[in-house]
Amino acid sequence: MIKNGFIMNNETQIKVGPPLWLLAELTYDCPLHCPYCSNPTELGDTKDELNTEQWLDVFTQARAMGAVQLGFSGGEPLLRKDLEEMVKHSRELGFYTNLITSGIGLTEKRIAKLKVAGLDHIQISFQGADPEMNDIIAGRGNAFEQKFKMAQSVKAQGYPMVLNFVISKQNISQVEDIMRLSCQLNADYVELATAQYYGWAYDNRDHLLPSQQQLIDAEKIVNEFRDKQQGKGPQFIFVTPDYFEVRPKACMNGWGSTFLTIAPDGSALPCHSAKMLPLKFPNVKDKSISDIWQQDFSFNRFRGDSWMPQPCQSCDEKEKDFGGCRCQAFMMTGDMDKTDPVCSKSPDHHLIQEAIERAKNPKNPLLERVNKRSIKDADIVQIKL
Amino acid sequence: MINQSVPPSLNAMFRLQWEQAQDCYVLLFPEGMVKLNGSAGEIMQLVDGQNKIADIINILNKKFPDAGDLTDDVHEFLIAAYDKKWLYYE
Ligand code: SF4
Ligand code: SF4
Repeated sequence: MIKNGFIMNNETQIKVGPPLWLLAELTYDCPLHCPYCSNPTELGDTKDELNTEQWLDVFTQARAMGAVQLGFSGGEPLLRKDLEEMVKHSRELGFYTNLITSGIGLTEKRIAKLKVAGLDHIQISFQGADPEMNDIIAGRGNAFEQKFKMAQSVKAQGYPMVLNFVISKQNISQVEDIMRLSCQLNADYVELATAQYYGWAYDNRDHLLPSQQQLIDAEKIVNEFRDKQQGKGPQFIFVTPDYFEVRPKACMNGWGSTFLTIAPDGSALPCHSAKMLPLKFPNVKDKSISDIWQQDFSFNRFRGDSWMPQPCQSCDEKEKDFGGCRCQAFMMTGDMDKTDPVCSKSPDHHLIQEAIERAKNPKNPLLERVNKRSIKDADIVQIKL
Repeated sequence: MINQSVPPSLNAMFRLQWEQAQDCYVLLFPEGMVKLNGSAGEIMQLVDGQNKIADIINILNKKFPDAGDLTDDVHEFLIAAYDKKWLYYE
């Protein structure tokens, strides 16, 4: 039940703040084929995508509610020809605008046009430290060269730049080279992020998940490198997979607390992978953002703690991690209401241990992300890494 | 660090803006936001590459005559802000 922006649970009252972070997934279309992609494996149809006017309206509504960070993402957002128009509109509204791109499709000219439109920051993802590694993971030739050139241009044109390296079993041994590359490119922040196992990445987990030893080695290299930096150069952020933790991550800072994702077709989600859950999510074509955020059943479903099962319900850490990730609980146990199996207190924790074991000897073939409505046998490509 | 002879400038990585919904000044940067408290907001507003530290103190002392001398507060904040790389002297 909701009263004046307060959700009334039986025993708890939670004030719903604004969706500070709005992620606009403009399209699921993408020129790359990364096996770690966290997009849903059912990619939907591009003709259901929101049009320009609908997106502009989403930004206006969300800004009026107090949203301040706006990420243009996908798929590859550069495939939208109206990107500049969206940047301009949202920048005028006062958003801090972030472009999250693979770098494919960028040109010096487009970087300049986006700057004029008011874009604040560009994040480019890389798949490895050199063309060989990068392009085999990305599933496209010359991808590295293109990214490298565009990263140089982004900095030359005065943007803050974040580089994002998705770390997996395949490229984790390159971590030092990756850090050197980031210095060479003059990045401001660098995310060394082990893949999150959703979407395509979940199906490919056995091929991606590094071993604990690999992670320990990599972390040591990262720390040594940081010590030598003496406060200069890029700020490196190393994100380890939660599979090796004993407590889950605080999922999205709490379900429906900060993050709002709008999928290409207008579905509103509390996180970019929530669509897999057996919940009916609202669509911005039918409802206002404020109704969605404050009143929709799906957004209220995991707010507060009255939904929590044991051991979370009586756990004194529930304010810290909110019982962990709902998608992870669902993917691994089939029940979205369960404690995240990453937690060592979860009765399902053994599932994580088993997944780590299986990743030592992957049996199923590696799937390349394909941009079709669903995967057919013929689309399954086995790539050797 | 603090530099009396060169005016401090806002690091290009950050954007300073008044946020109605937060009722305060915020610093925005790639995928993040820092909320500034009242006095931090007043000081950061004056970090524009024009005002030297003495100017900032003067302006604030005039604006808040009842607050007493703000020299120490401004210095303390600017040192912290420099460490966080919000500003630079050039
Ligand atoms: S039992 Fe639940 S609330 Fe407690 S630490 Fe584990 S996941 Fe978090
Ligand atoms: S449940 Fe949470 S962290 Fe997990 S994938 Fe969904 S919102 Fe993200």
